[in-house]
Amino acid sequence: MAIRVATGNGAGSAVASAVDAIDVTRRFGEGDSAVDALRGVSLDVPEGQFTAVMGPSGSGKSTLMHILAGLDSPTSGRVSIGGEDITDMDDQELTLLRRRHIGFIFQFFNLLPMLTAEENIVLPLSIAGEKPDRAWIDELTEKVGLADRRNHRPSELSGGQQQRVAIARALLSRPTVLFADEPTGNLDSKTSEEVLALLRDSVDTYGQTTLMVTHDPPAACTADRVLFLADGKLVRDLGRSSSHEVLEAMEEFSVR
Amino acid sequence: MTKAAVKGLLGRKVRTSLTAFAVVLGVAMVSGTYVLTDTISKAFDSIFNDSYKGTSAVISGKEVVTGSTSGTAPVPASLLPKVKNVNGVDAAAGAIFDVRGNTDFAKLIDSNGKVISSPGGAPNFGWGIDTSQPRFNPFTLEKGKWAAGPRDVVIDSNTASKKHFNVGDTIGVSAQGPTRQFHISGVAKLGSVSSIGGATFALFTVPTAQQVLGKQGQYDEIFIAAKPGVSEQAVANEVKPLLPASATVKTARDQAKDVSSDAQSGVDFIRYLMLAFAAIALVVGSFVIFNTISMTLTQRVRELATLRTLGASRKQVRRSVLLEGLIIGVVASVIGLALGIALAKGLNALFVALGIDMPQQGTVVRGRTILVSLLVGVAVTVLATWGPARRATRVPPISAVREGATLPRTRLARNSTRTAAIVLGLAAGLLIYGLFAEGLATGTVLLTVGLGCILLFVGVGLISSRLVGPLAAVVGAPAERFGGAPGRLARENSVRNPTRTARTAGALMIGLALVALIATLGAGVKNTDKNAVRKQVTADYVVTSSNGFESFIAGAGDAAAKAPGVEVASSVRADKARALGSDIDVTGVDPATIGQVYAYGWTKGSDATLGTLGTNGAVVKKDFANDNHLAVGSNFTLTTPAGKNVPVQVKGIYEPPNKDFDPLLGSVSIPQRTFDSTFPRPKNLFTFLNMSGGESSQAAAGIERALAPFPDAKVRTESSFVDSRTADFDKILSIFYVLLALSVIISLFGVVNALVLAVYERTRELGMLRAVGMTQRQTRRMVRDESVIMALIGAALGLPLGIFLAAIITRALRSQSFAFSVPVLILVIMAVFAFVAGVVASMLPARRASRLNVLNALQYE
Repeated sequence: MAIRVATGNGAGSAVASAVDAIDVTRRFGEGDSAVDALRGVSLDVPEGQFTAVMGPSGSGKSTLMHILAGLDSPTSGRVSIGGEDITDMDDQELTLLRRRHIGFIFQFFNLLPMLTAEENIVLPLSIAGEKPDRAWIDELTEKVGLADRRNHRPSELSGGQQQRVAIARALLSRPTVLFADEPTGNLDSKTSEEVLALLRDSVDTYGQTTLMVTHDPPAACTADRVLFLADGKLVRDLGRSSSHEVLEAMEEFSVR
Repeated sequence: MTKAAVKGLLGRKVRTSLTAFAVVLGVAMVSGTYVLTDTISKAFDSIFNDSYKGTSAVISGKEVVTGSTSGTAPVPASLLPKVKNVNGVDAAAGAIFDVRGNTDFAKLIDSNGKVISSPGGAPNFGWGIDTSQPRFNPFTLEKGKWAAGPRDVVIDSNTASKKHFNVGDTIGVSAQGPTRQFHISGVAKLGSVSSIGGATFALFTVPTAQQVLGKQGQYDEIFIAAKPGVSEQAVANEVKPLLPASATVKTARDQAKDVSSDAQSGVDFIRYLMLAFAAIALVVGSFVIFNTISMTLTQRVRELATLRTLGASRKQVRRSVLLEGLIIGVVASVIGLALGIALAKGLNALFVALGIDMPQQGTVVRGRTILVSLLVGVAVTVLATWGPARRATRVPPISAVREGATLPRTRLARNSTRTAAIVLGLAAGLLIYGLFAEGLATGTVLLTVGLGCILLFVGVGLISSRLVGPLAAVVGAPAERFGGAPGRLARENSVRNPTRTARTAGALMIGLALVALIATLGAGVKNTDKNAVRKQVTADYVVTSSNGFESFIAGAGDAAAKAPGVEVASSVRADKARALGSDIDVTGVDPATIGQVYAYGWTKGSDATLGTLGTNGAVVKKDFANDNHLAVGSNFTLTTPAGKNVPVQVKGIYEPPNKDFDPLLGSVSIPQRTFDSTFPRPKNLFTFLNMSGGESSQAAAGIERALAPFPDAKVRTESSFVDSRTADFDKILSIFYVLLALSVIISLFGVVNALVLAVYERTRELGMLRAVGMTQRQTRRMVRDESVIMALIGAALGLPLGIFLAAIITRALRSQSFAFSVPVLILVIMAVFAFVAGVVASMLPARRASRLNVLNALQYE
């Protein structure tokens, strides 16, 4: 009973979709030991929206994000990003797509220890061989609150500061969609709040389309929309929700 | 714990085998050296033992002067009948047979009129054997018959098959006189030896050999067979009273041992030389192992800590690491031992290619070879594991639950800068003392300078982690400039762990420093030598033997003198003699002409002195005069190899340029007429020619025509003569380069190892880089650039260090007016080589890095 989740604006909406997935399945392994991580997920993330994907562990939420971001390929189904079908792209095409369209925030920050904060921020652009826009960098470092830390190395920064560097790094190229994989999974609650506020702010200020995978209900509450995944299927699509609503939905699907 | 260690090794196959390879090559070098030299040694043993197989005792001439070109003193032929009459003697035969290789030279001439010889100077023997007494005949006939008449010759089977000679063919032989044609009556080999290497032999009847080799009325040896029941020693004792003072009798066993000791000492030299290079390879290998195991342990901190939390004691942790080293050592040593047997063949092929073709007898793998190879391989590995194993014990159990835990630094590492400063200071002190202090003995100078050089190496190794940063900035600049972000990250990566990079580059540094050292010293030696020769020779042409260092038939010099256009011809005879308690080189010069073709650097006297030599006047080298307190007017006696005494008086003293570098004339030069009447079978070392029209192709052609009957004599212009003096030196250098290449290859395995481990360590980072848009190509480039940077750091440390050491040694040898010259071309080649090596070393790790599954990499812990 896969639910086709559409945008809240209805048909003929002027809002284009940043990510579009049609009937995505993903099977790991073969034969008896095969595991179906995704069993037909269709979704559509409109531009400028902050979407959270929730679900108990093993629900397939990370697999979904990896497939949407072009890091993994679906067993069947199609995925497009910014209107481009990425399903059959080879490694090189996917890499170039990631440069243009995708930003990443990881649970473990994944900063390069030998680079300064600012160097880490501009890293994707320098890999792509592009010149960063000075004013934009300054604005971003200001926004993530690292203006006075830009020459520090990751080892000299706190966990929250490191994640803020990672956010600035992801925002720098103004990606079509920003994927955040458990961005608060490795942070204490106070820092988590700061980081989530920052993500929210980037959506509000820059219209940054963001898709976040999390199992942390307060985190999901910051999103415009919360999708619930269970047993490889989308089972609930909530709009902006309170912590209580999220918890309730969680309970419903994990107990089942 | 044992099981954990073994499983751990199996789980890290690539790392383990790369580590093991660093030992494999070193051990292969050790076992290869032993196998090769034992094989040669056994061949020599067989040659000498087979030579005296049916013989009880041997009478030979005493070796009056060691290494003389005219050999030992002769045994008068008249002695043979007397020996035969001795009671205990069953039979005796005289022979022209000296297997030592200093005399009895008869060169075979191939169908194109060229001398058959190996460029490395393996001997070309001419022998005469009494084949009517088979018990004394060390040769085995393979085809045809023994030589019976004055035109018959039996040649060795090697030459016969290589040059397609058959029984019944005619072959030229060049010995004391012009080439003569002989009829091949048979083909033989010496005893059971499978190959006598590059050597050749021509076997005549005894009278023919005496005549061909200028030994009429003489034998080299008289073979004696004792009557049944008479011991070897007894028959030798019986014969002894009959002998003239110049002859000696020995049991066959002693004789074989004596003659083989010369050859064996040559083999020993090769063995020790090659073992020295094997030692270098092992040192480099231990560096690589030490570094690899350290890196592996850093990555396994959590695993080790988990073991500790599960109750493993420090001792158990240390043991498990040492056990890993032991297993790697044993496996690698066994493989290395086996590989060495193959390497022995390769090394021999290398020697043969460079003209050093030595006898072979099967493939000899002695117990000692196995024992030493295994012992050395295991010991080196375990020793290299010792430090890391100790550090592993310091991992606190809490690291099991901590993210990014690291190994605690050792005390030595913490104080490395201070230690390095102390070591470098000591090195500098020793070098300054050794090089600049006045009045030190040469031995003291060499000792202090040598020790200083070793400390310098260690010091540079210790300080190198401090130099990695700046060096990486310099050698990494092009990568950063042209490589974009991957180039920049490569540079950053290379300095992330300076100690590791320093050790990896340090292994390469050792090899490259030694190459630079040898190349620089080699260039110095060559230039000094060429200069020295150029300053001495003022002739247009020089006639020498074909290989340039043997002497040639005096008749060839006389023939060259008659070539059209020859204005001055001056032959130089040469041999050794005993004088004032030592064996010295003596040359016989023509006083009337030598001054026009050879520039004496007179200390006492002038070219006019040459006219006053008379019959017993001598010109001596300054060093010889000083060592023996000789002045003009001093008298002393020369003893020739034949045992004759020649009284001489010093008339002039001269000093060749650059002293010990290639003085063309001997310590003592006497008039040629005196030389010819006192030395046996006089031969020329050089014949210098001045032409009326100087050098021209016509003149050269004329001389060549005149020399046609003497295929062993070769004419060269002055400049090509100068070049030819150092041609052999180039061969030796290339052998050194090949042997050092092995060390360099081992250090490259270190680079591969370091990169593979770095890729493992940075898996998640690589995943992130790929996720944010790094292409596979960029990833490969990043790893490759890091590899090149490491290799170039090795070159940047090693090449200057090598040149510096060469400069120091040059300075230490300043009394020899030794020139210092930097072989720019070779250094550029080495730098390019380091670059290419870096690229090659990066191929496997770069491929691994680029093929990482992004998703798995991101989730990697």
